[in-house]
Amino acid sequence: MESLIALLVGAPLVGAAVLLCGGKRLDRTGHWLGTLLAVVSFVIGLVLFADMLGRGAEDRALHQHLFSWIPVGGFQADVAFQLDQLSMTFVLLITGVGSLIHIYSIGYMEHDERRRRFFGYLNLFLAAMLLLVLADNYLLLYVGWEGVGLASYLLIGFWQHKPSAATAAKKAFLVNRVGDMGLSIAIMLMFTTFGTFAFGPVLGAVGDTSEGKLTAIGLMLLLAACGKSAQVPLQSWLGDAMEGPTPVSALIHAATMVTAGVYLITRSGAIFNGAPDAQTAVVAVGAVTLLFGAIVGCAKDDIKKALAGSTMSQIGYMILAAGLGPIGYAFAIMHLVTHGFFKAGLFLGAGSVMHGMNDEVDMRRYGGLRKYMPITFVTFGLGYLAIIGFPGLSGFFSKDKIIEAAFASGGTQGWILGGAALLGAGITAFYMTRVMLMTFFGEERWRKAPTPSPAEPSVEPAAETRGEYTPPHPHESPKSMTLPMILLAFGSVFAGGLFSINEAFVHWLEPVTSFEHGHSPLSAAAVTSATIVVLLFGVALAWLQYGRKPVPAVAPRGSFLTRAARRDLLQDDFNHVVLVRGGEQLTRALEQIDHSVVDGAVNGTAVSVGGLSGRLRRLQTGYVRSYALQMLGGAAVLVFATLLMRGV
Amino acid sequence: MNPINYLYLAALLFTIGAAGVLIRRNAIVLFMCVELMLNACNLAFVAFSRLHGNLDGQIIAFFTMVVAAAEVVVGLAIIVTIFRTRHTASVDDASLMKL
Amino acid sequence: MSSAVLAAASATSTGEAVQFWILGTVAVVGALATVLMKRAVHSALSLAATMIILAVFYLANGAYFLGIVQVVVYTGAIMMLFLFVVMLVGVTAADSLKETLKGQRWLAAGAGLGFGILLIAGLGNASVKHFNGLGEANAGGNVQGLAALIFTKYVFAFELTGALLITAAVGAMVLTHKERTERAKTQREQAAQRVREGTQVVPLPAPGVYARHNAVDVPGLLPDGTPSELTVNPTLRKRGQIRDVSGESLAELAALERRSSEWLERGEGTERGEQVRERGEEATR
Repeated sequence: MESLIALLVGAPLVGAAVLLCGGKRLDRTGHWLGTLLAVVSFVIGLVLFADMLGRGAEDRALHQHLFSWIPVGGFQADVAFQLDQLSMTFVLLITGVGSLIHIYSIGYMEHDERRRRFFGYLNLFLAAMLLLVLADNYLLLYVGWEGVGLASYLLIGFWQHKPSAATAAKKAFLVNRVGDMGLSIAIMLMFTTFGTFAFGPVLGAVGDTSEGKLTAIGLMLLLAACGKSAQVPLQSWLGDAMEGPTPVSALIHAATMVTAGVYLITRSGAIFNGAPDAQTAVVAVGAVTLLFGAIVGCAKDDIKKALAGSTMSQIGYMILAAGLGPIGYAFAIMHLVTHGFFKAGLFLGAGSVMHGMNDEVDMRRYGGLRKYMPITFVTFGLGYLAIIGFPGLSGFFSKDKIIEAAFASGGTQGWILGGAALLGAGITAFYMTRVMLMTFFGEERWRKAPTPSPAEPSVEPAAETRGEYTPPHPHESPKSMTLPMILLAFGSVFAGGLFSINEAFVHWLEPVTSFEHGHSPLSAAAVTSATIVVLLFGVALAWLQYGRKPVPAVAPRGSFLTRAARRDLLQDDFNHVVLVRGGEQLTRALEQIDHSVVDGAVNGTAVSVGGLSGRLRRLQTGYVRSYALQMLGGAAVLVFATLLMRGV
Repeated sequence: MNPINYLYLAALLFTIGAAGVLIRRNAIVLFMCVELMLNACNLAFVAFSRLHGNLDGQIIAFFTMVVAAAEVVVGLAIIVTIFRTRHTASVDDASLMKL
Repeated sequence: MSSAVLAAASATSTGEAVQFWILGTVAVVGALATVLMKRAVHSALSLAATMIILAVFYLANGAYFLGIVQVVVYTGAIMMLFLFVVMLVGVTAADSLKETLKGQRWLAAGAGLGFGILLIAGLGNASVKHFNGLGEANAGGNVQGLAALIFTKYVFAFELTGALLITAAVGAMVLTHKERTERAKTQREQAAQRVREGTQVVPLPAPGVYARHNAVDVPGLLPDGTPSELTVNPTLRKRGQIRDVSGESLAELAALERRSSEWLERGEGTERGEQVRERGEEATR
């Protein structure tokens, strides 16, 4: 069975290699090959899952040592895999959702010339993510981590002919580099502290290590997680990443990329358990991000960007839960899995809407679409109910547990975190209802020609308005697109409930992440009812705003907060002022120093050496007797030195 | 008499030879001075051999002689070649290897 | 033999001391002469003398084999090779001892003096009071002792010197060998070239064509009685080894003329005799 683990990674990797190197002769069949290999990987995952269920809870972990990668003295880096319950969960999520997205992409990318390449990148994305979650040491995890970064860069910038897509890809890559830096520093710290970076020895030796070192490692790991999972302060890339094709967004948000940070923190749980300060930082980041993302999501008119804000917010929930320690790990992963289902469903639904609306993304140009695309409406609606935590659906079970755990973290911190999580749930209900209402209900705003928006003057070029406006013909998407949406909708509805029967999911993960019941100051029933009340309040508010009143085709100017939220809460402006300007100043200063001090030293050395050489050159007279004289002089000096050393 | 006097003599001869190398311009005489230096070293080796009571010094002197013979053969051949092309045996005239 | 072994043993005899001081002085004088003599031949001979004295010192120090080798190889072979090359290159040009490199002489004197003083100071500090002597080492015979060392301990060095000698011999042959790249000129072509260039067309006049001085170092006389430069070898001329007999012969010619004019009592003859005599006196001066 162990030998199958490498195949999990190998299948999509082979697919990527074949598709990217195969050339044009694969243009017709490439997408089938890519999809097939993703499904193969999923089937292998299922086989391994069945095998794992057949064993006792404590000996479910499998190890496979492939080869020694860098054996240098005390530095032993192996290519070895570890498949335990946590990895298994991720494998099933990644390959399952990934396969569905592959299938969906067959239809979605049908008219794209470079579809084969797209599937190659998708396979590469899956392979890198699988390597990340299957590695048994941090260095191999880092390889997968960077592979994910690379694949995301390639996919976000897939439509590279659009400058905005190319810029967004660069932005994602650069912001991710900051986080990668954190991970590489964390790995270096681990090596100096523990002398190894394999999971087993590192996490086993945590008890004997000082808290300071653990805090340093933990903070570096948090920085890495912030970069990959788009948490404050490294969240700015996620919104721009919507420039990629919609299946990519679904893949990034649901299955692969942003979940890596949660995985990293959960996997390194032992380190965070030993470093309370680092844990505090983690929950702070999570709480801030979940509100931040939710507020951004409220203001966006671009359907994908609104969903991106929601992803940020939901990942914030997971990070928050992961930062709570053993009372939260299992719920973080559970929310991750349910979120994988409904967020993938929502994105695929959004893609389906765009597919029917000539790639229009502005929700103010939608409205009343439920009649035209019923399947999309139903699946999207189920995803919507799941994400807002409607009782009985997936999101309800996982999010409710996180809110409960947040209250249970104790003291003032518990109240603050719990309050933030509760507030986040309300805002989630508000903005998701807003998306739902603006897209599927109300007036059919797309029948009218668009008017240039004063709030965002340069969004639409004038060319379309000048000519005859032909409204789009909304239609349902082909089966290859609706089938994955239907399957994901099933997951959105039932996954949470299934996981919660007898706390099945918690017990499944317990051997890896350990679990404690939190002692909440509020009873579970009180938290649940509070959540439902907040939820209903958010929905009602959204309905009052967007359901009862007609949605203006042009975005109103809005309050300061709205305008700030439209601009991602001024994140880019902040980055520009603090990092770009500051960086420019720093660079200029450094350049000055480089010119005067470093170049000065180098040039000074060169000039002095040159001058000295010019003088010394005169010693080369060409007269052999001069040379003999110099030799004798040198010999005399040597004899003198020898005699001196011997103490004459 | 102390046999160290042989060493003083060797040092003196060596120094005279070295000075000759520096002063004379005729390549042949210059070579002779080099031979004088080698001979002075040989005398020192032989004297050392006697001081230490073993034959290793003499062996070294022997090897020096062989090497000196080889050196003289090649060196004189070079001098003859230079003389053939430049019609002079002065080392100062062969001073083209400079900037 | 026994006395020689004793001489090489632990103490030096008075005889050896006397020998050292006398021969050592001669050796230093020879070395100085090597450096200071103007002519390369003289330098070579002085060096040969120094080397022979060193051979004697080798013998006195118990290095019998080396002493003989010194005479045979150094003085016999190497120095003769030197003389041979001196002859080949030409002994004509006596080195001018005038220094051309600026400050070279003073610096050389300074460096040499400093080096010598340092060496002698080092030796003076060495304090060799006891010495072992070669009595034991030479017990089985000096040559046998050397052979035992050369063919055991130093066998690789010995083989290498063999290779070195072969290389040197080949190298010397390569260096001195002159590849002829064009056909040698025939006598006819050389003559044609001489006519074309307008240089000496006929053979050079022979030297010493005078009854009493038929030798290569005597220049032939022109019709007016002056010596001709062309008739003697330029090497002899450069060395100043030409015997000029023109004054003598002119004087004799003048006397002959006078006698004949006295016998014939002819005024013109007397006049002519006077002219010849005057010219002869000039040449003698």
